[in-house]
Amino acid sequence: MKIQRLFVAAALLSVSLAAAQKTTLTIGVFPDLDSVVKAALPGFNKLYPDIDVKINSLAYADHHNALTTALSTGKGANDVEAIDFGYVAKFAEGNGMTDLSKAPYNAGALASKFVGFTFPQATTQDGRIVAMPTDIGPGSMFYRTDLLAKAGVKPSQLNASWDSYITNGKKVVAANPGTFLIPDASEAAQIILRTGLKAGDGLYFDKSNKVLISPDNARFVKAFTVAKQIRDAKLDAKAGGAFSPEWTTAFQKGNLATEFSGAWLVGHMQNWLAKDFTGKWNAQNLPGNTFASWGGSFYGIPTQSANKDAAWKLVQYLTTNAAQQVLAFKTTGAFPALKAGQTDAVFNQGVVYLGNQKARLLWRTAAAKIQPLDVNKLDPIADQIVSDALGSVLDGSKDIPTALADAQRLVERRTR
Amino acid sequence: MTAPPAKLTPTPPIPKVGGWDNFQRKYAPYIFISPFFLLFFVFGLFPILFNAYLSVHEWQPGSGLGDMKFVGLRNFTDNLTDPTFWLSLKNTAILAVESGLPQHLIAIPLAFAINMGLKRAQSFITAIYFLPYITSVVAISVIFFTLFSWQYGVLNAALNSLHQIPILGVLFPADKINWLGERAFVQPSIAMVIVWRYVGWNMLLYLSGLQAIPGELYEAAAVDGATRSEQFRFITLPLLRPTIFLAVTLSLIGGFQLFEEPFILTNGGGGVGQAGLTTIMYMFRTYNAYSDAGLAAAMAWLLFIVIGLLTLVNNFAFGRSGTGNNEAAK
Repeated sequence: MKIQRLFVAAALLSVSLAAAQKTTLTIGVFPDLDSVVKAALPGFNKLYPDIDVKINSLAYADHHNALTTALSTGKGANDVEAIDFGYVAKFAEGNGMTDLSKAPYNAGALASKFVGFTFPQATTQDGRIVAMPTDIGPGSMFYRTDLLAKAGVKPSQLNASWDSYITNGKKVVAANPGTFLIPDASEAAQIILRTGLKAGDGLYFDKSNKVLISPDNARFVKAFTVAKQIRDAKLDAKAGGAFSPEWTTAFQKGNLATEFSGAWLVGHMQNWLAKDFTGKWNAQNLPGNTFASWGGSFYGIPTQSANKDAAWKLVQYLTTNAAQQVLAFKTTGAFPALKAGQTDAVFNQGVVYLGNQKARLLWRTAAAKIQPLDVNKLDPIADQIVSDALGSVLDGSKDIPTALADAQRLVERRTR
Repeated sequence: MTAPPAKLTPTPPIPKVGGWDNFQRKYAPYIFISPFFLLFFVFGLFPILFNAYLSVHEWQPGSGLGDMKFVGLRNFTDNLTDPTFWLSLKNTAILAVESGLPQHLIAIPLAFAINMGLKRAQSFITAIYFLPYITSVVAISVIFFTLFSWQYGVLNAALNSLHQIPILGVLFPADKINWLGERAFVQPSIAMVIVWRYVGWNMLLYLSGLQAIPGELYEAAAVDGATRSEQFRFITLPLLRPTIFLAVTLSLIGGFQLFEEPFILTNGGGGVGQAGLTTIMYMFRTYNAYSDAGLAAAMAWLLFIVIGLLTLVNNFAFGRSGTGNNEAAK
């Protein structure tokens, strides 16, 4: 009897010991990244059988709101948090996220393994690295082969320069009544704003926080001028931003000849946005030899996490493991931010939706050419003000110098 | 509360029983009423006080609570010198008028007609008019997007076919109108949705006001030979004044806190030239996109002051008699 009891006690003890050795890690994600992490776990647990990973998935906006609250109050964040590109700058300010540039993480040493523009996106002005890049959205020009063929315009004529984009775009629209060249003229401006920057400059601010927006800045003037030319030639559908109702309808009806976006747009097009047009869309580089990125995702570790070691192991596995990055690409089409993740044979395969075009090779080359931009904490404000200014130029209520001078003044009063 | 009626009519002293009875007598009311106060303290009073505290601090929602920096009144002066803040206030005022006036000008005669003309179908018709008010804004916006759409909208298709009619067609535009994408049309389009949504609500308010007017007055007027429109002018309107005061005050407050409709209809961006940017939207943007919680909190207080002043003006305009209390008491 006594021996039996002792045995049971010993058995219980050993079970609880084993449980104590196992670390439970939580990771906060949003769709589709939740599928990526789910697919990654078997491989991760093979390497680290003592780390249990629990996935907490919320809708895109809810996830980022919950993270904001958790960082504000210092409670409730997961050990690893996925952060979309649009939110990185926001979470980079303050001290809610662990600085991965310091020991024991030393993420700075890993920078060269990733596509060049990704690390600066998650690096603050004072040099902290708040998150590791996992996927990117290399931009390209998507175009309807049938609409172009009807106008006798070659894709190379469209993307040779912005001028030829407009001249030949007019031909495409003329040959296909009821269609538009591009959803919104402002897209061209946003791309031009992201090209031809001096090293160390951000989009709107230079290294010393000086505002770059000005009627004398050639980059801004050109961006606004090209967009205005597109609008005046009646080439755009005035659809506003991506995923607006007008944008969606135009796509579904097949009334768009081109669109600039990240590689991920293909997933949307084939699933719901332009289902009926399989094989009719193709991809080429953006006009005027420009390269830009649309979105991307990151993983960071909140400072409040109690399992930072285990969390870092998971982040490293998700971001620096080439096999995992390829798996993510195969699972959801998340384009690897890791260079070694872009060499798999799958990149040589054609994309069925794009008429079996080997577009992934195009995107890989484009990704390497995207310019890094230094982020500034006032970027969201400047972004809003500049796009308002652009709106005023496009609808003719302000001329370009006035709009830029006004925008400059509005941004400058925010800097202190 | 201070003078319980028990003192006025002396009752035989309560025999002393155990402490429990005493405890119940003394504290039970407080315990019964406590759920409301607990909820009010947590979800009503605390946010207001915290917001006041925030408004004199610089704080980014992404960093911890310990990172707050006291900045005095800087947030208030920053807002007052911000052209976009004033623009948003102007937009809000325009939208409040554009959407507020028609609401009442439609709702009062409508309520009068329903009250006078309909007997059996009254509740059914009222329910139909009230339906938009209880429908989700998102669902409403989806419908209005398809109505307002520039290229694919029902509204433009209708206008276009009206334009085809000979002679009369000149009255209708030949080109498609970009309702939500053109500066001149953004505010009227948003206002239209709000009017459509809140007419039913106001009508219900007025209907209940009308039903409180005694029927004998109308009968007496009818005997004296007053027509329907005279009855409306000389009996309904004056006696409806307290209701109008209430309804206008509610519209005023609602109008200045306008957020959902313009936010969704402009895809959160405020529309061309920021014509659809209301103050609450700008506050939300300042907090959410600009990560400046202190500035947003100060903006909330400034808007509170504006709404408070306008309510006072409204009170003054409709006079004290508007509330119907003072003169009745005298």
